[in-house]
Formats: sequence, C-alpha cells, structure tokens
Amino acid sequence: MAVDEMGGDCSSSGAQELHVLAVDDSLVDRKVIERLLKISCCKVTAVESGSRALQYLGLDGERSSVEFDELKVNLIMTDYSMPGMTGFELLKKIKGSSRLREIPVVIMSSENVLARIDRCLEEGAEEFLVKPVKLSDVERLRDFILRGEDKNKTEITRKRKTCDDSFFATLGIFTIIPQM
Amino acid sequence: MQRQLANMKQSLFDQGYLDEQFIQLEELQDDTNPNFVEEVVTLYYRDSVRLIQNIENALDKNPLDFAKLDSHMHQFKGSSSSIGARKVKIECTQFREYCRAGNGEGCKRTFQQVKKEYATLKKKLEAYFQFARQAGPVEKACRPK
Repeated sequence: MAVDEMGGDCSSSGAQELHVLAVDDSLVDRKVIERLLKISCCKVTAVESGSRALQYLGLDGERSSVEFDELKVNLIMTDYSMPGMTGFELLKKIKGSSRLREIPVVIMSSENVLARIDRCLEEGAEEFLVKPVKLSDVERLRDFILRGEDKNKTEITRKRKTCDDSFFATLGIFTIIPQM
Repeated sequence: MQRQLANMKQSLFDQGYLDEQFIQLEELQDDTNPNFVEEVVTLYYRDSVRLIQNIENALDKNPLDFAKLDSHMHQFKGSSSSIGARKVKIECTQFREYCRAGNGEGCKRTFQQVKKEYATLKKKLEAYFQFARQAGPVEKACRPK
C-alpha cells in the first residue's frame, strides 16, 4: 500500500486535500476507487482488508499516536463484504475507538439490502453507497466531508443511498426496522 | 478510424455486452491516465482466473457447499460489474439464484454460460483495445446513442 499524490488539475484555489483510506478485497475495485478519488483531488491509501486498515490507523497498538497524526485520515471508504473482517466489523472497531470514532466511515456494497443499510447507519456509518461507485458519489462525499471539516461540530444528517429512491417515496412513512 | 472505433463500441452496447459502468470508467481516462480502462479490464481478466478457479473447485465437491459457491460468485460478479460486463453479470446473478435454491445442476449449467460470456467479452474487448491503440488517442469518452 502507498500514499499517492494527486495528479492533474487539482491545485486550484488552495482547496484542502482530503486523505481517504479505501478498504476493499477486490483488486479491480481498489484500482477504480483509487482513480475516482484521485480525480476528485484526494490523497488515497488503498488496503485490501479490515485488519490492514486497522494496522494503518494504528489500532493494532503498534504505531505511536505521533506517527498517526502525520497520516491523518479524513474519510474511510470500505467494502461491506470482505473475507475475514467485514466492513461492518471494521466500522464497529473504528466507532469503538475514542481516537478514531470521529473519522467518517462510508460503506460500499453491491447488495442493496435495506436491513444491511440500516444496520450500518445505526452503527455510525456516514453513508452507504451501492456499487459500482460513481464519480458523482465520490465528488458529493468529498464536498460533504470538506464542509464538515470546515465547520465546528454540527449534527451530521445521515443519508440513505439506494438504487431506487422512489421506494422511500412510496413508503411515505418511517418503518421500524428490527435490530439485527 | 475513430468512426470505426465508435461503431465497434456502439455495437458492444447495442448487443448488451457492456453497460453504463464501462462509460463511467472511460470518463476517468485523461492525458495522465490514457489507458485506464484497458488497465482495469486487463486487471479484471487476470484476477478472474483465480476467482473462476475457485468456483470450478467448489463445483467439483460432493456435496456442494452452496454458501461457499455463492460467496465465490459474489466476488466474481462484483468485479464483472465494476467493468460493466453486462451479460457476464446477468449469468452470475442467475448462478446465485440457483445457489440460493440449492440447485446444483442449475449452478453447473449456468456456470458454463458464465464462462462462455466471459470468454466472448474478452475476445471482443481485446479486439476493441487493439483497434483503439491503432486509431490513436481518444479525445473524450463518447456516450453511445
């Protein structure tokens, strides 16, 4: 894994560059998400598993907090279905850490399962993206995180992103989802 | 030659081999990364060898472990979806349905279809990228009509 610099025309207006940690066991998906993020002027570190992600974040107890500050991560994007530690388990570990819980975590999944989405949002995920992730998703996320970084703590609205937004329109009311 | 290239691409979409995701990938191509799509597709084909082998091995077992089959196929379907391999993805979905139904024969039959579509697309994309290299640099991604 490597921290890569951005390329192209990202140097305008002194905009802050976000550092995103991308976690996905798929080689193909890592390559794509890396490109999406670089085009959106983000620094990317891509790793292939939850345990590598925790290692990188210093949650395995091996890295000192001084080192960690130099590699400040502004956003974590993780696949849901991964062998070993799932994205959901990684999310729980991050939100369970006093040092890391403020870092927004976004879950990505090819499976558009309502119960899964809700479970992730309940556990503190910022957003749930259905794969394949688009450039517009990443740009929207980036802008959202940048605004959050600028502001002082304000309540962040949770979003659901599914393939079929009209599903919620037809529902009209909030449904109570049983705890999984 | 650009015209012929555009026609080749149009035909791949018209015949349903590729979907919108392929166009999304093309839009990530620029002067700094002029061969991005070909790189991703090459990576897909290289990585898929392993994923397909996993499924083959799992299909050889007796009795079949449908959960494992489904899990392997989920991975392969995900990659296929990421490059816009529409027909491959459709067969993968069918395969997963047979897994959930515990239908071993259905799985085996469908897997032959998966491999067939996979091989067909590979040939077509190889031809497309080879032609693209001859035709010269692509200015901008063109959306098929």
